[in-house]
Amino acid sequence: MTTSKLTTIDQVVGSLADGMTIGIGGWGSRRKPMAIVRAIAASSLSDLTVVSFAGPDLGLLCAAGKVKQAVYPFASLDSIPLEPHFRAARQAGLVEDVPFDEGMFLLALQAAAWRVPFLPTRVGLGSDLTTLNPMLATVTSPFDDRSELVAVPAFRFDAVICHLNRSDDRGNATFLGPDLYFDDLFLRAAPSRRYISVEKVVPTRDLLEEAGTELRLRVARMMVDGVIEAPGGAWFTSCVPDYERDEALQREYVGAAKSPDAWASFAATHLEAAR
Amino acid sequence: MTAHWTRADVCVVALAECFRGDGEIVANPIGTIPMIAGRLARATFAPDLMATDGEAALIANDEAFAWPDGRVVEYYNPYRSMFDVVWSGKRHVVMGATQIDPFGNQNFAAIGSDYSVPKTQLIGFRGAPGNTINHATSYWVSNHSPRVFVEKVDVVTGVGWDRAAAAGAAALEFFDLRRVVTNLAVLDFGGPDHRLRLVSVHPGVSVDDVVAGTGFPLTVPESVAETRTPTDKEMQLISEVIDPSDQRHVELPEEAS
Repeated sequence: MTTSKLTTIDQVVGSLADGMTIGIGGWGSRRKPMAIVRAIAASSLSDLTVVSFAGPDLGLLCAAGKVKQAVYPFASLDSIPLEPHFRAARQAGLVEDVPFDEGMFLLALQAAAWRVPFLPTRVGLGSDLTTLNPMLATVTSPFDDRSELVAVPAFRFDAVICHLNRSDDRGNATFLGPDLYFDDLFLRAAPSRRYISVEKVVPTRDLLEEAGTELRLRVARMMVDGVIEAPGGAWFTSCVPDYERDEALQREYVGAAKSPDAWASFAATHLEAAR
Repeated sequence: MTAHWTRADVCVVALAECFRGDGEIVANPIGTIPMIAGRLARATFAPDLMATDGEAALIANDEAFAWPDGRVVEYYNPYRSMFDVVWSGKRHVVMGATQIDPFGNQNFAAIGSDYSVPKTQLIGFRGAPGNTINHATSYWVSNHSPRVFVEKVDVVTGVGWDRAAAAGAAALEFFDLRRVVTNLAVLDFGGPDHRLRLVSVHPGVSVDDVVAGTGFPLTVPESVAETRTPTDKEMQLISEVIDPSDQRHVELPEEAS
């Protein structure tokens, strides 16, 4: 009997369908599952809803024409403040925009992970989020304060993809950089199709030593359906301590937003090669 | 005595003053000059402040951008923990603004009249709605102009006084919008109905300069002070310890003074 969840990027992309809602882990241009994202960009999938603390994951999928709807609190490349491909898609009216506050986004993940329909918060009151984000509603406290608060509904994911530093073949995984970000919540928030790519697959008995401390063993196999060994799988985003962001390649990616020809050339070099 | 400070240094001190009296909270100034200011406040008159390394730790170092002798870590503060800090109110943020209106509503999400097809897509809402409704907020505007100070912002990301009041008690409970520091002046919301009011002009700037740079009627008191200039000790800290690589003059070039 095999317990291994090792799979391939092709199998992962093959399990997705047009119109799905996909949650993507990482933060900005940090530890994004870009190997999987590139394969989605090169696939025939369409009309996706992307839910992300967004960076080049959202941008690349927009440039490839895969995104119907963007659910995001920001889109940034960190060292380059704005995401050029997402901007281009927005300014051309090609993407439906569902804006979030960063912390409100955490609540939508947490509500999904805890299987409650919504979580209440003060966040959003007075801002244009309550008018521009059609997912949000207001709720009145049932207690004596009778506060009018914002109800943040749980995300509903068809699939979640994250990139981590190490795992075993069953999906127990660890991050080795400064921050797990919200990857564990993304993986808890989806009922199925929970995929991680990792820099390196190691035997379970070596996982603790790789992590250095139990405190970094934050993704358990019960949260994961498929594992892909993908060295360099965060591509040009940072994946410390394995590698820093490839700033030169990120600049090349930004340059590809200048014209359709520039994008075609970039896609031919970097996306077709992913197939 | 000739001045040995620049406009950028005056802005650093004016932003540092925003944190005076804040006590034991996270001072979270975003941007080059604000980050220097937060370090300066802690190194001088606000020693209880805590500060981030821009990644996942709160650190005690005075240096703003590089820690050649290592970081002195006080607390592990990944992004998730930051929301615990924000929602418990233990933070004073200084944010930027692409647009800001008379009541302090801020926009850095998108420019244009139709949000579904913006003229210019910017970074998004980020943490602005949650920040402004939960703890102290001030703003830093490095280019005081009518393009930034507008009668009406295209999108409300950070909440201003009028919108907070209209949103009810839960919105106002912890609302604490403080000051706007620009390359020309210090302003607060002490005008009628919490409208923007001029507090002080930086040395070399006239009240008329500020009025001309503001795209709506500004409350101007009868007497407007001059923003205080850095002390010798502050200048030493800024130039030798906090920002020895002179990042502040990359953001605000020296000719401004």
